[in-house]
Amino acid sequence: MTTDNSGDVRLSGISKTYDNGFTAVHPLDLTVPQGSFFALLGASGCGKTTTLRMIAGLEEPSTGTVHLGDQDVTLLPPYKRPVNTVFQSYALFPHLDIFENVAFGLRRRGIKSVKKQVEEMLELVQLGEQARKKPHQLSGGQQQRVAVARALINHPKVLLLDEPLGALDLKLRRQMQLELKRIQTEVGITFVHVTHDQEEAMTMADTVAVMNAGRVEQLGAPSDLYENPRTTFVANFLGTSNLIEAEVGTGNGDDLVLKAGGGKLILPRARCSAPATAGGKVLVGIRPEKIALTHADDAGTIPEGRNRLTGRIADASFIGVSTQYVIDSPVCDELAVYVQNVERDGRLVPGAEVVLHWSPAHTFGLDATQDIDAGVETVEEEAA
Amino acid sequence: MSTLQEAPPPLATAEPAKKSPRGRGRLTPYWLLLPGLLWLVVFFALPMIYQASTSVQTGSLEDGYKVTWHFATYWDALVEYWPQFLRSVLYAAAATVLCLLLGYPLAYLIAFRAGRWRNLIMVLVIAPFFTSFLIRTLAWKTILADSGPVVHALNSLHVLDLTSWIGWTSGDRVLATPLAVVCGLTYNFLPFMILPLYTSLERIDGRLHEAAGDLYAKPSTTFRKVTFPLSMPGVVSGTLLTFIPAAGDYVNAELLGSTDTRMIGNVIQTQFLRILDYPTAAALSFILMAAILLMVTVYIRRSGTEDLV
Repeated sequence: MTTDNSGDVRLSGISKTYDNGFTAVHPLDLTVPQGSFFALLGASGCGKTTTLRMIAGLEEPSTGTVHLGDQDVTLLPPYKRPVNTVFQSYALFPHLDIFENVAFGLRRRGIKSVKKQVEEMLELVQLGEQARKKPHQLSGGQQQRVAVARALINHPKVLLLDEPLGALDLKLRRQMQLELKRIQTEVGITFVHVTHDQEEAMTMADTVAVMNAGRVEQLGAPSDLYENPRTTFVANFLGTSNLIEAEVGTGNGDDLVLKAGGGKLILPRARCSAPATAGGKVLVGIRPEKIALTHADDAGTIPEGRNRLTGRIADASFIGVSTQYVIDSPVCDELAVYVQNVERDGRLVPGAEVVLHWSPAHTFGLDATQDIDAGVETVEEEAA
Repeated sequence: MSTLQEAPPPLATAEPAKKSPRGRGRLTPYWLLLPGLLWLVVFFALPMIYQASTSVQTGSLEDGYKVTWHFATYWDALVEYWPQFLRSVLYAAAATVLCLLLGYPLAYLIAFRAGRWRNLIMVLVIAPFFTSFLIRTLAWKTILADSGPVVHALNSLHVLDLTSWIGWTSGDRVLATPLAVVCGLTYNFLPFMILPLYTSLERIDGRLHEAAGDLYAKPSTTFRKVTFPLSMPGVVSGTLLTFIPAAGDYVNAELLGSTDTRMIGNVIQTQFLRILDYPTAAALSFILMAAILLMVTVYIRRSGTEDLV
């Protein structure tokens, strides 16, 4: 039995350099299998939208080829590609009503009786009542659903989504994420979704490619990216990571023993993406929620074999489900620790001396030659 | 009933605002309107009333004119000068169509393709305004001169045979024919077509073109189904700005035409300045205005641009 692969998207050596010499996308190989929900994640200007536009045919690649299934579409204009796009600002036709917006693609392909299909599609996105309204009479969320309906009605091989939820408020965005995920499962079309929202990418996609400065930093399932980041950018961009500079000591078998400050940290060799030679440097990473906090007076109760650091609580913020601590440690300022509010220890207040400890299995190692702050979202970026 | 949970009525906050010393600020819009309103009254409303009264006067230049409510002047003027009215409408319509055909591609180019040349081209479009209307029209006399290269070229290409056959030119001449007048009108009013077209094309979101292409529309279909419909406000205002002044124009017909191409503007001018028959000139002006208003109203209704913006 052969599986249908007509919805595969295969990018080979694709790149884009603009006339002004700016390279938005460096040569890139990427395969999106038929029927998957694939997210391109990155900050603005990382080349994710350019990549998407090259798949749509709205941007001509400088090098490389685009294949849909077995068909080379690199030279096809957008109107000949079996691909549809949901644009960032929806780009609904302001002079046509909702019905005609949705029917646009069908009519262009010479289909005469569109009424039934359009009505069904409007039902699917729950806009049956609005068929005769103009786009500007609808709310942002409704316009977004029209944009999805207008693309999906053509049964494209691949649906491209360019930050489709960016203009919606948080609550509506969460709702639409689930809605899009449901539609994708229902229609089984390959979705390629561009977003800068890491939470959105992780909740919706099967596979996420994290892009930075025109390159794919890492590609994998959301949980894989989160648990095993291979670059500081991915470690910082997806959630929060504590990165501690450490010196490689003597290794024993499957584990590396590292020296950080005065203490020793264990790192499984398999979880270290950097070449670790004795005496060299690596960055030790640990996610804030993997760390447990124990007051320094109870340090004796911590089981053997766990990685430990000492420090002092600099700040604690209670946010209901958990408490987020900022801890100053001799090896690193401002370590983040998230503790679930199950049994709260009243002594863990700012100023208290504490021991941070975690399982070595949750530790990851990164190449120390990278920028330790790459991918950290700064306030300015947030505002932009 | 949970009246207790209702928010207090906003009256409490609205009250002090009314009494605030800044209440005078509500008059500001009227103060701002005043200069324009005065201008309109002095230079539009009063002359109109004066002309209206002139149009129903009788008398002669020697004895003076008196208001006698002689409405027959309107009917007499219409009966005598309807061919010039008809000619004005035809010439203006031809010039408007030509302006649209010439102006649309140029406006499209400036809006979407000109890139960094955009401002330069815009300046070139407006540049003719820096010289006098009369001089520019007289220049066409030279361009279309009987022995000039244009007429020579048209002649050897047998274009003039064709235009003579449909009555636009006569013999080997272009000057003093309807074609010359329509050319002059087209040339003089072209910028009034290009500017509104450019404005409405430039406002079209480029992503709509991409969206149309993404939805299987060929570039030509995208133009027919998206670009052109969205530029309708520009088409309507451009055609109006061309047609209305062209219908009332007399300079082009005077300088480039002959006695056979007289437009209603020429008749009014002659009545007013040479024959000094003020009532007929005033009545003709009002008939022209009424006719244009009627045509414009029908046109706007038909093109349905009200719900485009």
